[in-house]
Amino acid sequence: MHKTIKTIILSLILPVLLMVIWQFSAWQVNNAAIIPTIGRVVENFINASDNFIGLGSIPRNVGVSLIRVLSGYTAGVLIAVPLGVLMGYSKTVQIIFETFINIFKPIPPLAWQPLALAIFGVSSIASLLNMPFGQNYVFWGNFKIAMVFLIGMGSFFPIVASVMFGVQNVRQTLIDSARVLGASEKDIFFKVLMPAAAPSIINGLRMGLAIGWACLVGAEMLPGSLAGVGYLITHAYELARTDLVITGMICIGLVGALLDSIFRIIANKYFSWESKTR
Amino acid sequence: MQEMIRVDNLEKIFYSQSYMEIKALTEVNLSVPGNEFLCILGPSGCGKSTLLRIIAGLETASSGKVFYNGQEHTKPRREIGMVFQSYSLMPWLTVLDNIALGLEFAGLSRPKRISIAEEYLDMIGMNSFGKAFPYELSGGMQQRVAIARALANNPEVLLMDEPFGALDAYTRIVMQKELLRIWEQHKKTILFVTHSVDEAVYLGDRIILMSGSPGRIKKDIAITMPRVRERRNPLYGKLTEELLALLEEA
Repeated sequence: MHKTIKTIILSLILPVLLMVIWQFSAWQVNNAAIIPTIGRVVENFINASDNFIGLGSIPRNVGVSLIRVLSGYTAGVLIAVPLGVLMGYSKTVQIIFETFINIFKPIPPLAWQPLALAIFGVSSIASLLNMPFGQNYVFWGNFKIAMVFLIGMGSFFPIVASVMFGVQNVRQTLIDSARVLGASEKDIFFKVLMPAAAPSIINGLRMGLAIGWACLVGAEMLPGSLAGVGYLITHAYELARTDLVITGMICIGLVGALLDSIFRIIANKYFSWESKTR
Repeated sequence: MQEMIRVDNLEKIFYSQSYMEIKALTEVNLSVPGNEFLCILGPSGCGKSTLLRIIAGLETASSGKVFYNGQEHTKPRREIGMVFQSYSLMPWLTVLDNIALGLEFAGLSRPKRISIAEEYLDMIGMNSFGKAFPYELSGGMQQRVAIARALANNPEVLLMDEPFGALDAYTRIVMQKELLRIWEQHKKTILFVTHSVDEAVYLGDRIILMSGSPGRIKKDIAITMPRVRERRNPLYGKLTEELLALLEEA
């Protein structure tokens, strides 16, 4: 108990310090367009359900962003995990894909923005599914293919790399001992390689989601966007509502940390053997 | 006794990164009768582990053949079990599930394989550790589990690649005694690789002494001393010294 209190106090030192500096500078500058006071931002959170600058409530914007990130991320995961597993499993597959992937890896997802827009235009999940015009269409129209693509791109690379690393680095002795116990190739794959690589795979999924989430603002700067935290930030900036900009930033940070902690809990619960082995 | 393992004129050549030929084994001939406890003794790098891996079917010979029970044999099979030096347990499985792993590969239902695994857990005297994970065990306990796992598959032959090499001296002696007890109880053929002369003299019915570069069999020595062998017995000391002298030449 004593230890947890200490941990909490220690981890709060820097945030509190930041807030003190922030509040102090806000008083000094005395211009809300540059640095608003903490009070202004807290007010935004208290009135989170208000309609902000015509973009709706904060939970609604967070929800729209979350669905965008999760759909892009899901697309990234569905391609990256099987590909990473195959690349780790087969040297040939690795050789075929590795150079190709390495060329694309250094390109920041934001650099794909113009091309994504040129290729996918303003088509959205709504237009892709041929929804009839109506309330549903307006909602699903928020999820542009170009955004899904950008976020998927961001999450793809860390996942592929981490999954491949995990499969390749399974200790040879584990594979050998399964073989002498009579394992078939299928057994080796599903009962040795996959569970042994699982911690790396989860770690890749975690990094992928973090990067996908970080691509959000870039993705939501695409035209046709009318909601989302990233859009809220850019739009609030244009209206010199710095308090809203900061509110949006805090939302991104908090949701990102929350998503990350879900993965941390999963890793601690199911893969604690990994950190304790060796 | 019927011949269990035969090795005919085995040769193994590795290629280094610069495509240099490295002869790991040459002209290895070996015949192991059933129920024999054979120790393969040699200095590091003499190819004794490679020989064992080829017999297990984990590596292929460059030329020559391995026979199991009269049939030529090149791939791992359930009748030939193996225990590695260390870290061979699946870290995500409990002790019981590790012991039951071979039975799982064989397609046994979970209740069935767990009940068999429990027998072997009992055999190694680790009843209360069934639900523990490998990282919670000491090195000696992990090796006990690895031996139980190999035996649960009920193999005819047990290959052991320096299984006690990573253990401290005391644990090692305890494990040697225990292995002899298990061997006498289960009547397996054991091929035991070691670089410790003492271990070979303590355990083996017969010792194959190997020399390095290229690895070959240098001497084949039957040990007739009755068990349990006492280390203070003068004959034990004499044998050890002879072997040490031979090993020095090797």
